Amino acid sequence: MAMLEFIPQLGRRTLQTVPGLGVASRFLLSSLLSVFNRHFSFQQLFRQIYGFGVRSLILMVVAAFFTGMVLGFQGYYALVRFGATSALGTLIALSLLRELGPVLTALLFAGRAGSALTAEISSMKATEQLSAMEMMAVNPLAWVVAPRLWAGIISVPILCAIFDLVGIFGGYLISVPVLGVDGGTFWAQMQSNVTFSGDILTGLFKALCFGVVVTWIAAWKGYTARPTAEGVGNATTLSVVTASLTVLGLDFILTALLFS
Amino acid sequence: METRAIDWWVGIFVLLGIAALVVLALRVGNLSGFAYDSGYVLHADFTNVGSLKTRSPVKIGGVTIGEVTHIGMNPKTYMANVTMRIEPSIKLPIDTGASIYTQGLLGEQYVAIQPGGMPQNFKSGATITLTQGAVNIDQMIGQMVFSKAAGSGKSSGNQ
Repeated sequence: MAMLEFIPQLGRRTLQTVPGLGVASRFLLSSLLSVFNRHFSFQQLFRQIYGFGVRSLILMVVAAFFTGMVLGFQGYYALVRFGATSALGTLIALSLLRELGPVLTALLFAGRAGSALTAEISSMKATEQLSAMEMMAVNPLAWVVAPRLWAGIISVPILCAIFDLVGIFGGYLISVPVLGVDGGTFWAQMQSNVTFSGDILTGLFKALCFGVVVTWIAAWKGYTARPTAEGVGNATTLSVVTASLTVLGLDFILTALLFS
Repeated sequence: METRAIDWWVGIFVLLGIAALVVLALRVGNLSGFAYDSGYVLHADFTNVGSLKTRSPVKIGGVTIGEVTHIGMNPKTYMANVTMRIEPSIKLPIDTGASIYTQGLLGEQYVAIQPGGMPQNFKSGATITLTQGAVNIDQMIGQMVFSKAAGSGKSSGNQ
């Protein structure tokens, strides 16, 4: 009997998910394109970049610094057995630029800014502010959603570049003064093995993709939340969980595509 | 928060991002490697380039004077053709030799230049003919094992 119930359930889920994805895509596109709408305000955009980007800066810098330092210790531990500590700089730089920088930035951003975004939009919906805007012929996509989406898309690559740099600096502080790796070798090996377009820009491109995905999911979960106190809470949780899992999955696909 | 202060903070934030990218490009990614763009081109044919890559350094006495820009195959001689860019201030005599060495036991490979003594210098696009390819460690170990085996076989035969 359970089997018999499972099959229509599967069909129902599919029928819900596939058009849902379509509606979410239309939501993303029309929000992004509403920069041309007269209700889009650059002042709002700057306010959101301040909220998402500038105020996440301290979290990112601390996280990056510790990530880099741990990479230094751990990489040294693995490499010293083969007498290959000269490759430590390359190891730290490539790990940060290609994987850890974009992914950790996106995960932290989903927790720090994505959750706030979902909670804000969903409680606006719960208190019928979005409906009120429509009553006043103000497009809520242009006034509320678009500045937040664009702010996320602009902030994440910038945060990622700062994360990479601080992380490498943290790794340097552990490798060279603490563990005694030669400073010249550290930078020279890094420079001869890291390419600008292949590693640095591709990593930032990844961060850009994650920025789109995280803010899209956060805004969409907020916009479709049930307009109750419980609905707001559920939407916020779901936003962080879905965004984090999507970032991890997308990272695998992007790594396979970009670095193969 | 006041709008003006927000604008300032956002401006600083964006500038920080750009600064981080520039530092990454110059300090980590060595984008300043295009300093050799003004250099002149030399070719060299090697029997074996080992794991030499484009952007591997070209050195004289351990000092980097250029980089490898292209590695190809000469279809007539079946030799590996390495194209290098050399700093314009370094003039090399026409009897200069080139070898491929390894930095340390596991390090990366580079082109080592041994300057000659002739009065004429290479012009851009010339080919270095005195070359020595990379040492193949597998082959070396193979030879050593083989000679060892032959040696022990001989000694056991004498007994």
